[in-house]
Amino acid sequence: MDAIELRVNGKSAAVTVDPDTPLLYVLRNDLGLKGTRVGCAEGQCMGCTVLIDSRPQTACTVPIGSVAGRDVETVESLVAGTVRHPLVDSFLREQAGQCGYCLAGILMRAKALLDERVRPTRDDIVAAIDDHLCRCGTHTRIVHAIEQVAGAGRVAP
Amino acid sequence: MTTPASSPSLTDNPRCSDWIAFSGDATLVLKSGKVEIGQGIATALVQIAADELDVDPACVELISGHTALGPIEAGTSSSLSIETGGRAVRLAASATRALLLAEAAKLLQAPKDALAVENGRIVVDGRATDLTYWSLAPSIDMTAAVMDHAAPKAPADRRLSGTSMPRIDLELKATGAGFIHDIDLPGMVHGRVLDPPAPGRRIEAFDEAALQRRFPDVRIVRDGSFVGVIAAREDIAVRAIEVAGRLVTWSQGMPVPASLREAIAVDSSQSEAVLSKGDVDADGSRQITTEIERPYLAHASMAPSCAIAIWREGTLEFHSHSQAVHDLRLALAMAFGIDASRIVGIHAPGAGTYGHSGQDDVVYEAAILAHAIPGTPVRVLWSRAADFSLSPLGPGMIVRAAAKFNEDGRITSLTVESIGQSQVSRPGRGGTVNLIAAERLAKPCAKGQPSDVPLARGGGLERNAVPIYAIPNLRVSKRMLRDLPYRTSALRALGGYANIFVIETLMDDIAAEIGIDPVALRLAHLEDARAAAVVTKAAEMAGWPGRPGQGEGFGIAVCQYKNRSAYCAVVVRVICDERVRVTHAWAAVDAGEAINPNGVINQIEGAIVQSTSWTLKERVDFEDDAIATRNWERYPILRFSEVPKIEVSLIVRTELPALGVGEAATGPTAAAIGNAVRQALGVRVRVLPITREAILAAIDPGGSDMA
Repeated sequence: MDAIELRVNGKSAAVTVDPDTPLLYVLRNDLGLKGTRVGCAEGQCMGCTVLIDSRPQTACTVPIGSVAGRDVETVESLVAGTVRHPLVDSFLREQAGQCGYCLAGILMRAKALLDERVRPTRDDIVAAIDDHLCRCGTHTRIVHAIEQVAGAGRVAP
Repeated sequence: MTTPASSPSLTDNPRCSDWIAFSGDATLVLKSGKVEIGQGIATALVQIAADELDVDPACVELISGHTALGPIEAGTSSSLSIETGGRAVRLAASATRALLLAEAAKLLQAPKDALAVENGRIVVDGRATDLTYWSLAPSIDMTAAVMDHAAPKAPADRRLSGTSMPRIDLELKATGAGFIHDIDLPGMVHGRVLDPPAPGRRIEAFDEAALQRRFPDVRIVRDGSFVGVIAAREDIAVRAIEVAGRLVTWSQGMPVPASLREAIAVDSSQSEAVLSKGDVDADGSRQITTEIERPYLAHASMAPSCAIAIWREGTLEFHSHSQAVHDLRLALAMAFGIDASRIVGIHAPGAGTYGHSGQDDVVYEAAILAHAIPGTPVRVLWSRAADFSLSPLGPGMIVRAAAKFNEDGRITSLTVESIGQSQVSRPGRGGTVNLIAAERLAKPCAKGQPSDVPLARGGGLERNAVPIYAIPNLRVSKRMLRDLPYRTSALRALGGYANIFVIETLMDDIAAEIGIDPVALRLAHLEDARAAAVVTKAAEMAGWPGRPGQGEGFGIAVCQYKNRSAYCAVVVRVICDERVRVTHAWAAVDAGEAINPNGVINQIEGAIVQSTSWTLKERVDFEDDAIATRNWERYPILRFSEVPKIEVSLIVRTELPALGVGEAATGPTAAAIGNAVRQALGVRVRVLPITREAILAAIDPGGSDMA
């Protein structure tokens, strides 16, 4: 068991756990941040994507020990405080979800894309989220919701 | 005034109080047995109730799938949540309103016709009064029978039905603790259960002492070949069960047939008649036959199955994302040998499962573990591998069909035979437990006989095997395979997917034989104007027949889901190069009154994408006695870069009853893809999924090199 300090959504957090514990369980169970989804637990579905030092990673495959001293952002950061992130508003406006389970991870991937690149194209968006699985078939709405925020405009078919 | 049509959901829940209650001074409690599984039902039910009662939807609190507090409705399946559940809510809400207004009229000494309601407050001739539903409610008898008072608003008077109210549950599900996986009850601990390599394997040796030495704080629960662990920390439970897996020796299993085609040869079941009309042996000048094979499919939910159970003084409370908590409660009562009155089931949302996956099984496992530590809630989460390899599968099917027709394009006869396993084997139905852990216990529960859905409720194996077309001579039969080792149950559209695929691809084969346009052939055989209307509309949207270039094809297909729910026609455009890509899909849908049009469109879009995924990519593989498909790498599904552009057009018929729509696009999408591939390549692919290998095999059945 190690005492590990990190920053989560801008606040410092400290946990005393086995350093091999996946970040996913620490976020959800030790820090009570349930928005990061538990999916395949083997890095294949991308449902648990969070940002570590602004880079998207699957929380199920990252040991907490490797995150010591680093910045972690979870989906809760998009709705913290009084102003929701425009991505959340756009997803709700487009009703871009059915069961909603894949959305948290996709929102975080989309945030990373928008933070990194000015006006990403539709192709950029699709490429960025292509590893994320969605089983309900809400893909078109999700891409459109991200496009709206990206300001990329509609691309002719 | 004529009595409105009732709903089957009212049979067991006939009273207003079964559905509606008033709480505090501003909350309307709506109770439903139908549950939110990602299809938007919670929002639509709130819309209906708020509409009939003239309240703000925001004041409605929905209790759904609660065995102690809510009505007992049949499970959330078969696209019936709006059709029957929504209808019951509308009737109950309208009856409650009538009772409240009668009381208000008495108190105000005003004629009922002079009264109106604005957000729960009684208004007389446009003037607000002191009376509200909440002040009136204590004076009325909410146990009154719904059908004695039901008076739903005329369609034209509805304000909320027909509007696309945003989903009430979506924000929390996108950004917060919106799922059963996120429930954290006080004192809750974490359980994990050892996955057998295949169903039916027994534990021959297990070094339990070694596991206990390694994890002294973990509670080990063993019953026969069932092994579970309980830990305060979830990550410790995960590790302990991994280690347990290395300390166990399993028995060898009996190999299972690697495909349905192999399995059929050894199954002794007989064909049984479903429907017969006229004489299919009568002459038609030409005849063609077809046979298609659908593989076993995985529900492949994004989230592994999850449950929480707690025992208190011999009573069990469970939290579950089951689609049928009432049936599950009965199954658990049988499994534990207790009266069902000592079990309370509470639904909480999970990820979409599109049918009966592992969500019921995991409850039993949580309950077994929780039984060892009464008073403590135990949460169990399945592994991804368990969800793929232990959940019931969407059954494989083989469907054979033959049609006779004349040179003038008139189809004179059709025979359809659907072959496959049970399409629905939910726990608790027909007196069976059917929870997978039951077979691993030292005293296993008796296995029930597989059953199927009767045609009167839409059929299971034979769902949509009865054609939508006017054909004078018909013979529809099914052969239910009972001796196969695979565990199967409901997957979206049941037999409808394969049966619509076979009939609708046969239609195109006939059209090609006699050189007639597939849309024209369909319209010539459709007597139902609503079916014809969706075909015409979808074709128009797609610019049918198009001018397909090299490797490009358009295909169309249509159904009325279950021959009684929504009508849906789909046109797709495919490009066939290295593989088949569906680039566009156009759908026309008639679901009668659409309560939430955007919700209907969302369901159709989703069904199109999911069916495209099944049809182009998906197949569960078997190896020896086990399901070899255990992760997403082995089970690719359609990705963002592969989804078609989709346009959906609703033909809204506000004056007609709402028809179930969630599964309507599944079959037509698949058949439209099959037809588009035929147009693009000139070959009929009869073995699904339509992969490069399947196409090559169809082109050259004898070919050995498929690379």
